[in-house]
Amino acid sequence: MQSLCARLPWLCLVCLIVFPLVAPALNLDFYVSFVRRVLIFALAATSLNFILGYGGMVALGHAAFFGAGAYVAAILSTQGLQQAWLGWPIAMLVSAALALIVGVVSLRTRGVYFIMITLAFAQMVFYLFISLRQYGGEDGINLSAPLQLPGLNLADSTTSYYVVLAVVVGCLWLMNRVIHARFGQALQGIRENEARMEALGYPVFKIKLLAFVLAGAVAGLAGALLANHNLFVSPSLMHWTASASLIIMVIVGGVGLRYGGVIGAVVMLWLEEVLRLYTDYWHMPLGLLLLAIVLFAPRGLAGTWTSFAARFSKQGGPA
Amino acid sequence: MSATLIAEQLLNGLQFGLMLFLIAAGLTLVFGILDILNVAHGSLYMAGAYVAAQTMQATQSFLLAVVVSAVVTGLVGLIIELVLVRRLVVRDHLAQVLGTFAIILIANDVVKMIWGPAPVMMSMPAALSGPVHILPNMLYPAYRLLIIAVGLAAALGLYLFVTRTRAGVLVRAGASNRQMATLMGVRVPLLFLGVFVLGAMLAALAGAMLGPVTAIQAGMGEQILILVLVCIVIGGIGSIRGAFVGALLVGFVDTAGRAFLPTLLKIFFSPAVASSVGPTLAALSIYILMAVVLVFRPAGLFPARG
Repeated sequence: MQSLCARLPWLCLVCLIVFPLVAPALNLDFYVSFVRRVLIFALAATSLNFILGYGGMVALGHAAFFGAGAYVAAILSTQGLQQAWLGWPIAMLVSAALALIVGVVSLRTRGVYFIMITLAFAQMVFYLFISLRQYGGEDGINLSAPLQLPGLNLADSTTSYYVVLAVVVGCLWLMNRVIHARFGQALQGIRENEARMEALGYPVFKIKLLAFVLAGAVAGLAGALLANHNLFVSPSLMHWTASASLIIMVIVGGVGLRYGGVIGAVVMLWLEEVLRLYTDYWHMPLGLLLLAIVLFAPRGLAGTWTSFAARFSKQGGPA
Repeated sequence: MSATLIAEQLLNGLQFGLMLFLIAAGLTLVFGILDILNVAHGSLYMAGAYVAAQTMQATQSFLLAVVVSAVVTGLVGLIIELVLVRRLVVRDHLAQVLGTFAIILIANDVVKMIWGPAPVMMSMPAALSGPVHILPNMLYPAYRLLIIAVGLAAALGLYLFVTRTRAGVLVRAGASNRQMATLMGVRVPLLFLGVFVLGAMLAALAGAMLGPVTAIQAGMGEQILILVLVCIVIGGIGSIRGAFVGALLVGFVDTAGRAFLPTLLKIFFSPAVASSVGPTLAALSIYILMAVVLVFRPAGLFPARG
């Protein structure tokens, strides 16, 4: 059982790699694009989980960085800059700069006030993009073509699927390394006891700020990927409910667990897709499910799975 | 920009601020006493508006509509408290957000199932549908004056309740130090229930009063919730006085921003710039206000816990 748990992510990765190859045979072509979208949101949710789960910072404005990244990619594209290897890092830089400004001010506050001030900044960014008439205002902008990588045609659904997969897996791996590095351990220490970490001589504010900026940059990259995926960006990406739904994904998946963001994104987007097939009133079963998760799976789905697996291996596994 | 226009906008700001206060009062109490981040508070406001519209249509009595709306929403609040909120008290803020967000999802679909996806209109009481002269050369809609009157009366009533009654003392004790209140023998579960139901009824009152001047539709709760959260964060979470000041500030700043900023900007910039930047800046103004307040007073203007 233990070994299955350790191998499960690899198994999923293999499935994801194989999926576009077998999809046409199974008549699941449509789902290649769907899985790509899920991957992008999984990256965004994981970047939020990085500060929320490991840093204890409940930021209700993460969609601002996500949306800003998408807008930067889209605006660059309308200006004729079509190279993704240039456009994506620029999107990350802009989102990181934005996160730096928001973080410097917001990280002075605690608890609910932090939630609210990050929300305030996100609303500011939201209204800022609504007012940019030359970039579509409320209606958003269409991209005439996706940003391209040399030697690859990202307009092709399967090619862009693999690029997204590679970027997402790479980012997840990197974030996981950061979490287990000294920096990440210090971050988790701050989550547990900020005063003690301060007393031990850690630069608490700088560590939190750096984590916040990193998460912002990764969210910006996810946004740039989404711009390529949708070939459309609009301010609704940055609406506060978008930030809330990223938080919901993280909570559903499991706060502060390695695959919490991924599991949350998969479950929420998949449920939305499935429930929509059956009823117009798909919010209701989703709400009931969230209630069930809150009341019966306090650590999120990943947490429940981990404790279930641990119990199972203790009882029935080989000694 | 005449004096009457300014006076009219001041009244509009007052009216908006008072309605925000009715919703904010309940939210800040629930927050301060139960320590629960209830994002579904806006859904109670929405429920109040829908029930009021339905009752108004059925009976043509505005008074009855307001009373029925408050009672029904109070019952809904009662059920939510007993079933969900009670269990969330011991959990962290994230679980509370998730649990109450689920209520939002369910509530929006329930109203869509009952009343359909299109906005519902609520008629005004016929006697108050016209404008009245409040100054010799100034007309103002009578119904909006009623909103102001009801808002002021509710604020006064709440003030008297909190400062002059035994229950009010318990509420204040709970807000300033919950654990101490428990140790002093306050029956906390009953207090929680009472506060939650009171908050729900106040939100329903705001919903019923604003019903005739807004489009009643699914999602109206989330729009107002954010504004209300801004009010109570500016005021200091848990403080009714703070909620009152915060709500009036937000009401005035938002109304004034929308009414005067585009005109004001035209003095300094070209009309094209003013007409595009003005509305944005107006929409931003309350968030800027909140950010500035939080930078200088990180716990709001009137922190409830000293």
